[in-house]
Amino acid sequence: MKKLINDPNDVVPESVEGFVLAHSDIIVGSDDPETLFVSRAGGAVSGKVGLVSGGGSGHEPLHGGFVGVGMLDAAVPGPVFTSPTPDPILAATKAADGGAGVLHIVKNYTGDVLNFETAAELADAEDIPVKAIVVNDDVAVEDSLYTAGRRGVGGTVLLEKIAGAAAERGDDLDAVLAVATKVNDNVRSMGVALTACTVPHAGKPSFDLPEGEIEIGIGIHGEPGRRRIKAAPADEITDLLLDPILEDLGLAGGDDVLLFVNGMGGTPSSELYIVYRHARARLEALGTNVTRSLVGNYITSLEMQGASITVLRLDDETTELWDAPVHTPALRWGL
Amino acid sequence: MTTVGVDWALDWVRCSAAVVTEHREELIDLDRAIGDGDHGENMHRGYRILLEKLDGFEAATVGDVLKLVATTLMSKVGGAAGPLYGTAFLRGAKAADSADLDAAGVAAVLAAGVEGVVARGKAEVGDKTMVDAWHPAAAAAQEVADSGGSAGEALRAAADAARAGAESTEPLVARKGRASYLGERAIGHRDPGAQSSALLLEAAAAAAGA
Repeated sequence: MKKLINDPNDVVPESVEGFVLAHSDIIVGSDDPETLFVSRAGGAVSGKVGLVSGGGSGHEPLHGGFVGVGMLDAAVPGPVFTSPTPDPILAATKAADGGAGVLHIVKNYTGDVLNFETAAELADAEDIPVKAIVVNDDVAVEDSLYTAGRRGVGGTVLLEKIAGAAAERGDDLDAVLAVATKVNDNVRSMGVALTACTVPHAGKPSFDLPEGEIEIGIGIHGEPGRRRIKAAPADEITDLLLDPILEDLGLAGGDDVLLFVNGMGGTPSSELYIVYRHARARLEALGTNVTRSLVGNYITSLEMQGASITVLRLDDETTELWDAPVHTPALRWGL
Repeated sequence: MTTVGVDWALDWVRCSAAVVTEHREELIDLDRAIGDGDHGENMHRGYRILLEKLDGFEAATVGDVLKLVATTLMSKVGGAAGPLYGTAFLRGAKAADSADLDAAGVAAVLAAGVEGVVARGKAEVGDKTMVDAWHPAAAAAQEVADSGGSAGEALRAAADAARAGAESTEPLVARKGRASYLGERAIGHRDPGAQSSALLLEAAAAAAGA
């Protein structure tokens, strides 16, 4: 294992320390290392619904990179690939509360859901109203009746941006939740791994992927995917990811969509654009309008090579909220 | 032992810390196979901190010790295991509001723990989760209690049933947790949560000298 780290136990705190120092105009870190979180430099915005997300580390820039005007108010980084505990989530919730309640944005993993639920109960006991949206956009999970349900992946980034804009324009907690729910209902994703990734304290790859094979339908925690196939040209892999998305989303000709091609951390953006180009051609052949796009490493799996495709069906409201100004370490326009 | 008390509960924590440290790599490897490889590290971190908190800790009841275990695991372990073990020990603590437990008391603590895990995680027996270890363990302890056995015998029976329960997860398809995403690829692998549960219950028996 070759990594640019010091002690494996210090990976998260040292990384967050540097992140906070580099973006001190936008964010601050919590003082207490026992309740590690990052939040907006100016503190909670009075009268605005607070948005808090979090989850295991290793997906950077998610979630800390999306804290700032127009997006999240606070983000809680857990240990690598491990949900944070209720204590820091509660602390972040308090820091994000501007008196209008707090929305928890939770990716659908058993640990994240359980820890955020517990934190929400604790916040409720302190009279902070909390609602939660559980993001579950991963179509790789075929049978959600007999599993823990579809996982939250790339759609999370789009949801945090759009719900963040809704909160920024002054929507109340129920309205922000309604926008978030609309995004979750209209977004689907699927990913592929060309290599596994190595969790620092584990010291070896999270699964074994022989040379010449790829894993279709991976999540973002280095867990194995749905099935393994021989490596193939980019267009074929793009089809394998896009077909289940299109089928599940039921896109019709004339629909406006946002196409998001995300890198898993170890794939160059040149390859992401090769995927984007074919996915876009497929969508346009269906008669859909790709009116918005995002390409890059936004929700990663450490140094994994691979990509995910996310398609979001847009309407006028979600398009306007996507276009609204945002100023975070990882996403910035209009400000 | 006819009954077990506060000293046993404290020894259970120490034995658990030792066994979790000893089996850290094994739990990581089990979790790498069908999860995300963090279970051994998370449990190890939780019990390391718990061991530090034991210094100078004053307990009047078994429940006091179990409550410390609950709150520490809940706030230090993370993942799914933190809230699940936290809830199990919290419910167990409420059922252990006395200085000594007989076999029926042990059975009641384990039954309360199982109920907590089921309430939080919504898993049933056969879903390939820690319930597969906890549920038969509680039932075995109850049987010992019903037939007039001692607390130590109840703990030994619970540990044996939990180990068998953990082994029974190997041929199963998972229906909860991250392993559920693997479908039939999870077959042949032991559930890491069931295995850590079996280790903790073995530690409970060992602490009673059973």
